[in-house]
Amino acid sequence: MTTFLQIDLPALLGALLAALVCALVGNLLVLTRRAMFSDALSHVMLPGVLVAFLLTGSTAAPAVLAGGVVAAFVAAVLVHVLVRYGRVDPSAALGIVFTTLFAAGIVLMEQSGAARTSFDVHHILFGNLETLVWAGASGPGSLVDPQALALLPASIGHMALSLAIVAVVLYVLRTQLAVVAFDPVFAAASGLRVRLLDLALLAATALATVAAFEAVGAILALAMIVCPAATARLLTRRLDAQVRWSLAIAATSVGVGYAVAVLGPPALGFPIALNAAGTIGAVSGVFFIAAAALQRRDGVAIAGRRA
Amino acid sequence: MMDWRALVSILLLEGGWNTVVVMVGAAALGFACGAVGVFTMLRRRALMADAVAHAALPGLAGGFLLGAALGLPGRTPPLLLAGAAVAAAAAAMLIDWLSRRPRVTEDTATAAVLAASFGLGIALLSIAQTLSTGGQAGLDSFLLGSTAGMLASEAMLTAALAVAVTIVLRLALPKLAAVAFDPPFAAASGLNVARLDLLVTALSLACVIIGLRIVGLVLVVALLIIPPAAARFWSDRLGVVVAVAALFGAASAYVGAALSAVLPDLPTGAVIVLCAATLFAISMVAGSARGLLPLAWGRRRRASPASGMPAAPRSALP
Repeated sequence: MTTFLQIDLPALLGALLAALVCALVGNLLVLTRRAMFSDALSHVMLPGVLVAFLLTGSTAAPAVLAGGVVAAFVAAVLVHVLVRYGRVDPSAALGIVFTTLFAAGIVLMEQSGAARTSFDVHHILFGNLETLVWAGASGPGSLVDPQALALLPASIGHMALSLAIVAVVLYVLRTQLAVVAFDPVFAAASGLRVRLLDLALLAATALATVAAFEAVGAILALAMIVCPAATARLLTRRLDAQVRWSLAIAATSVGVGYAVAVLGPPALGFPIALNAAGTIGAVSGVFFIAAAALQRRDGVAIAGRRA
Repeated sequence: MMDWRALVSILLLEGGWNTVVVMVGAAALGFACGAVGVFTMLRRRALMADAVAHAALPGLAGGFLLGAALGLPGRTPPLLLAGAAVAAAAAAMLIDWLSRRPRVTEDTATAAVLAASFGLGIALLSIAQTLSTGGQAGLDSFLLGSTAGMLASEAMLTAALAVAVTIVLRLALPKLAAVAFDPPFAAASGLNVARLDLLVTALSLACVIIGLRIVGLVLVVALLIIPPAAARFWSDRLGVVVAVAALFGAASAYVGAALSAVLPDLPTGAVIVLCAATLFAISMVAGSARGLLPLAWGRRRRASPASGMPAAPRSALP
């Protein structure tokens, strides 16, 4: 029990919070065909966080957060410039911007010597749920002991905070964001500030990605942005139901993926554990493929009330 | 400070055998990727290569584990290469199938396959890392590659790829052009659009698999996307765009490899990407067909009543 509290609980909690915040923004990104933008975003986190680290000398949460959000804005502006002024195909523009910024980040990392300090590319990209441990746990009583709870990994608190912020922002703007997502022309004609709303969505996405990748890695963040929302879109035609489904699917992916990682190999006789961030991402992909395979002709995978 | 004389002598292939191998091998890969990338860009599938390259990771890890299970020495290259090729091809088919389902857009399918298969790859990699066979470092260089450590045999492989790509594209250019300009028209005039798309996908898969092994994921994706987009600013004729893209790809790889030989702390792959990005920036400003400056200049001329601008040529690229 103590082992579970010390090792499995913080990892599960971290993965769950990351999955929920990513799935939340993912709903709007998938609707607006910007799923690949989150892939680009996960790559530009490297230069963003690195520049923040070099400027402030710290890997503390505020610096990392600011660096990640600024990098997301820079990438978005560059993509916009290439598409609008260079008439480059949007997906090519995305590819150009993120590979260039990523390469610049690598060069900067080698030149500044950050590669030889605490800065670890693999950690950023792959994440390491296993490093989330709750050293303060000594038994079930710790769950209600404020002193022990204060020893939970700091990144869990950061993720809970960003989940709260993202949830509030999306809830307040839900009507406007939905109109922009479904019909940007109508939205603009009816006086909505489309660009401002896009910026709000971008900021929420950046916040979700940064918060998630600090604990679980950029790849799991990407999987949780895309797969649960894409699966939910195959289960219902209503946006509010889609959001609820996506949160449930994200949470299920975390539970199943973590169980596969930790319990799977021992069940087959291998005394090892898999990288849980990886298995969670893979499980969410399996859910998506299953939903797509079970689709009926009207495009919805399970019977649901037609609105 | 940069040693310019050393850079010039390296650019003139006087930098020693290893440097020459890296420069020529990288340039051949840049040539092939640039040429093939034009067609994926025109079919608006530029990021497909990104997903397929990520999806090769579980194949690499699977090949490694299979080798270990069969008792072969760690990192048996043909096994790794075969694993990567199978996984990448499977991912390409999966993306294609998913994006033809109702209510699934192509970019969602691409991103989902990318993320999920990379997750699977990381999970498999964590098994490989617990094995004691050694040699797992090769899997680690998957992302960033080890361009500077290219072997002569690998340079020969990229040279063969460049030759093969040139021959295939030269033969199929008219048909590929029809598909790129106007897929419905191409289909109506009896061309097998699906088969030609498959040809482009197969060529880019070959570039990705060979490139992954030698220069790493990020660089191979960059070489497939940036030079074609840069070349697009210089011409509206497909044959010219393909040639310029191949040239840009080869030049950025050649110069980037030389630069990183002069400045030894710089990772070769990243420098090559930055060289390609510089070429792109120059092209976007100055490119003769679509560059910002020539366009602004042309607009001013068009505004003056005396000059009758001809209508856009019918074969103009989209």
